[in-house]
Amino acid sequence: MKAKVIITPKAEVLDPQGKTVQTALEQMGCTGVGEVRVGKYIEIEMDGEHDEVKAKLSEYADKFLANPNIEDYRLKLED
Amino acid sequence: MNFAVLQFPGSNCDQDCVHVLRNVMGYPTQLLWHKENNVGDADAVVVPGGFSYGDYLRTGSIARFSPVMGAVKEFADNGGFVLGICNGFQILCEAGLLPGALIRNRSLQFRCEHVYLKVATYNSPFTSQIPEGKLMRIPIAHGEGNYFCDANTLDEIEANDRILFQYADREGDITDHANPNGSLKNIAGICNAERNIAGMMPHPERAAESALNEKDGRLVFESLIQSLNPASTTA
Repeated sequence: MKAKVIITPKAEVLDPQGKTVQTALEQMGCTGVGEVRVGKYIEIEMDGEHDEVKAKLSEYADKFLANPNIEDYRLKLED
Repeated sequence: MNFAVLQFPGSNCDQDCVHVLRNVMGYPTQLLWHKENNVGDADAVVVPGGFSYGDYLRTGSIARFSPVMGAVKEFADNGGFVLGICNGFQILCEAGLLPGALIRNRSLQFRCEHVYLKVATYNSPFTSQIPEGKLMRIPIAHGEGNYFCDANTLDEIEANDRILFQYADREGDITDHANPNGSLKNIAGICNAERNIAGMMPHPERAAESALNEKDGRLVFESLIQSLNPASTTA
């Protein structure tokens, strides 16, 4: 299956990349732009059952893929 | 007294640290490849700057799982002195040996320049020999030096006198303008609760000898040497 890990900076963490992208969108004439946050997206091909993969990736996301001091993450599994 | 300087794929300040410790300060110093499982006879370990593992994923996030970091953790747990400089600071934070994280500079620019540092505490093995009131002039070179931690951690760090250095202007005032990266409280360096592990973004090894007409960084190494061996002469 394909696992997707979406990592974003925590709400309280300054995100200068997001701010710069937001300003650029506004300067390009894109209307209605609110806050922009720039994160990371990781795709991982995994073998195993859904629950097992989810538990395993949660463990490794907590200790490696994301830094809990500064980032949140979401896991999505596609069977 | 022996020093060990770690070397990861992508370290690039390792030789500078070895040069300063071995040739300028005059102490036996070994390079320690990241696959080593122990720190040998080292009395202090320096985690140098650079771009370990290409800074992939997050700065320091892959280096912290190198075998040698397990040995460094054990060494530090037993009270050994560990100094992380630049990427070394980032690695120590990722490893959980120091709190918080270093995130992208608020300017998004890689900042490579001299800064002034105010010494926030002399009560550490890394700052004890710095003359009181001395404003340190030391270079920085980083894209991710913006120190961040949650509010409780920051309170704890401040309450326990764990900030070592803060970015200041040339008058010694800690201002937002003097903050090169957006660090909370202008933090340039901190230590752990037990005060044997320190991390700093500025590069003391790049300002440690008369040949460069830059000697302020030497005071950090003199402090470390004095702390390891109070009988040593550090003139």
